[in-house]
Amino acid sequence: MSIDMAQFHQVFFEESFEGLDIMETGLLNLDMGDVDAEDINTIFRAAHSIKGGSGTFGFTAVSDFTHVMETLLDEMRDGRRQVTQPAVDVLLGSVDCLKEMLAAIQDEQEVDVARVAEYKKALEIELNGRELEEVVTNEASKLSTIESDKVDNGNNIWRIAFSPHTNLLKTGNDPVRMFRELASLGKLTTTVDFQGVPDFYDLDPEECHLSWNLELVGDVSESDISDVFDWVEDECDMAIQLITDPVENDNSTFTEEQSIEVVPTKEVKTEPANKEISPTVAKPSKKAAAKTSSSIRVDTGKIDTLINMVGELVITQSMLSLVGEQFEMNKLDQLKNGLSQLDRHTRELQESVMNIRMLPISFVFSRFPRLVHDLSSKLDKKIELVMVGEHTEVDKTVVELLSDPLVHLVRNSLDHGIEMPADRMAAGKPETGTITLEAYHRGGNIVIEVKDDGKGLNKDVLRAKAIEKGLIDEDANLTDKQTYELIFMAGFSTAEKLTDVSGRGVGMDVVRRNIQSLGGNIEIISELGKGSTIAIHLPLTLAIMDGQSIAVGDERFIIPLGSIIESINIKESMINRVAGRGETFRLRDEYLPIVRMHEIFDVKTAQATKLTDGLVVVVDGQGMRCGLFIDDLLGQQQVVIKSLEANYRKVEGVSGATILGDGSVALILDIPGLVRLSNQ
Amino acid sequence: MAEKAENIEAELTEEKKLENLVQFLSFTLGDEEYGVDILRVQEIRSWEPVSRIPNVPSYEKGVVNLRGAIVPIIDLRERFGLGHLEYSPLTVVVVLQTLTELGQARTMGVVVDSVSDVIDVDKKTIQDAPNFGTKVSTEFINGLASVKDRMVMLLDVGKLLKIDTLDDEDENT
Repeated sequence: MSIDMAQFHQVFFEESFEGLDIMETGLLNLDMGDVDAEDINTIFRAAHSIKGGSGTFGFTAVSDFTHVMETLLDEMRDGRRQVTQPAVDVLLGSVDCLKEMLAAIQDEQEVDVARVAEYKKALEIELNGRELEEVVTNEASKLSTIESDKVDNGNNIWRIAFSPHTNLLKTGNDPVRMFRELASLGKLTTTVDFQGVPDFYDLDPEECHLSWNLELVGDVSESDISDVFDWVEDECDMAIQLITDPVENDNSTFTEEQSIEVVPTKEVKTEPANKEISPTVAKPSKKAAAKTSSSIRVDTGKIDTLINMVGELVITQSMLSLVGEQFEMNKLDQLKNGLSQLDRHTRELQESVMNIRMLPISFVFSRFPRLVHDLSSKLDKKIELVMVGEHTEVDKTVVELLSDPLVHLVRNSLDHGIEMPADRMAAGKPETGTITLEAYHRGGNIVIEVKDDGKGLNKDVLRAKAIEKGLIDEDANLTDKQTYELIFMAGFSTAEKLTDVSGRGVGMDVVRRNIQSLGGNIEIISELGKGSTIAIHLPLTLAIMDGQSIAVGDERFIIPLGSIIESINIKESMINRVAGRGETFRLRDEYLPIVRMHEIFDVKTAQATKLTDGLVVVVDGQGMRCGLFIDDLLGQQQVVIKSLEANYRKVEGVSGATILGDGSVALILDIPGLVRLSNQ
Repeated sequence: MAEKAENIEAELTEEKKLENLVQFLSFTLGDEEYGVDILRVQEIRSWEPVSRIPNVPSYEKGVVNLRGAIVPIIDLRERFGLGHLEYSPLTVVVVLQTLTELGQARTMGVVVDSVSDVIDVDKKTIQDAPNFGTKVSTEFINGLASVKDRMVMLLDVGKLLKIDTLDDEDENT
């Protein structure tokens, strides 16, 4: 029976990455003074499943590596080992290393063997440091382990007598597979013993009557061999015997110095890992296409709601068709009832479907504890990260596009915002700085705030810097808000010296552009000496928006509701014509340009060509206001945004399209684009 | 025996022929007959009103809703400079599909006078498009095939669907 294991790889990777996240969070949450055994247990379990999974799929490099981590965690769990900061740091590093290994295997690329070996060594030093102490206290019990470790570097000959019980095959174990695994450890010679095999007529092909004598030559430890037989321990009789040069064995008294040597010799063990990786790597990358499909994890609750909705819909539908079959006028009320039910259910269904795309913002937030942990130790700052509202939900696309800008902002707060502990003390602030990440809904938007209690933005410094860089004039008159916004200009950096954390001045302008491309905006509130807050406002979803449909001639367009300020009927007295081209109208002491939709989009069927006949919708697009001259306002509705570019191309003045109730397509207007277009 | 051998031989040559055969969907524009690779044809629909796109060439008729996707409709007659024909319920839209360089599927509808046939063309008999004086610019023509004494111009769907992006580049420069 051969199953294509590759089909499960994706699941394995997903689960492993999830496991790694759990480990990371767990490790970061460990409180050095008072360690909760359950926390360690959680980390251990995650490591254990990764080890198990990688073993099953033959990613031996990963399982070997995880094995060492697991041993360390196991001892922590049993209380045999103190949880120390260095140990946790080593484990965190190993989590990163594992992540890289898995990612490399997933992309079918070369695993960075040197890096893996480095981390493995660090882990083993951590692990064996303890062994030394125990050797002293409990020498006798440790002798055997050391002995087997000790001889690691030589070419040992192991003799293994392996006689499985008859039901071995029924439990799904295959001796041949185990032998193959053994063969990967060293040179294997097998001798099979048929004596137990019964007569042909009595033979049950599902029973195993064979036994083997195996001889393995290689630098293998006893534990490596017993690992292979781990699964069948209870289903066989087995003896592992070492036949090797007697010199080593004679060394019966172990002193402390000798056991120290254990540490470097262990390194040798990484070599087989090296060899074993290559076959995985060599696989041709046929599955490249399959990997690009992105998936989404959905809360079962949401799916249940969806199924309920569909159930309701089906009931309504059957009720309506019943009414329809024998329709009489006295059933009109029933029909109306049914239709309104149908309407309600469809809307709810739409909402729950959209809900599936919503992910909690914690998907983005979860990476920050690690980032803050690493950076604060690098910068010698003491920083506490507080996260509020991680369960706030946002559209998947927003979540994905949000993470880079947020990383930037948090790094900036860490680097520029929070002062060094000494400076903080001097300023009368607590030594530990606080960075708060907060997410909440406000109206149809999600607001994400990055708040720090650091030194805040210094307006004078900002100003001086901007003048120095030639970004503003020396006598420019800026409001506070405008001054703060200087940091969003390209080529602006206030850090006195560049660090590898931040300060290259390429960040904030990109951050702002990214946020704006998502249809959001970003604002800064800051108080010198008290800290600053950067707030990002984003639409909840990019797929649906509130729109106002308008008519120009017999064509329909959608204006994003958010950009409409008001609509008015204008009077002749309000209109000003500017030197033959361009028209403006006065609205409460402000002169706004008029964009005639029927001219700009060349609609020949337009009813209103005189400004006083139609309607003017005052819109605001990225700070530019203008009046759109249209025939009529139709109605407000939620529209699903569809891309025009998928099959067509970008069209000036149009940001997308949507499908109206009657199945026809309406274009969604791009207000800033229209303003640009009308200026041409 | 001999007969059997002959049969086998006949079958073999038949198979060989099949290997070289490519199927094209042929359609007419005015008096001219065109063909597109049938594997590029997604479906054939009747003409339905489109939503006009402002400020584009007149042969780009607009977009329609094709089961939730926004699909542009191009009038091939106008594109090839063959004049405009009034649309009737019998006007046919052939929905074509191609992959872009980025590996994304692009769908587009082309308006033609009528769909005539599915033709089998032996790859070897396809002639290169000569630089002759048709009204059609030869850039979209992959080759010529003659089917039952009629000449069919085989169109390169990839190039046809790329019209948009090409125009787009022009606009940008």
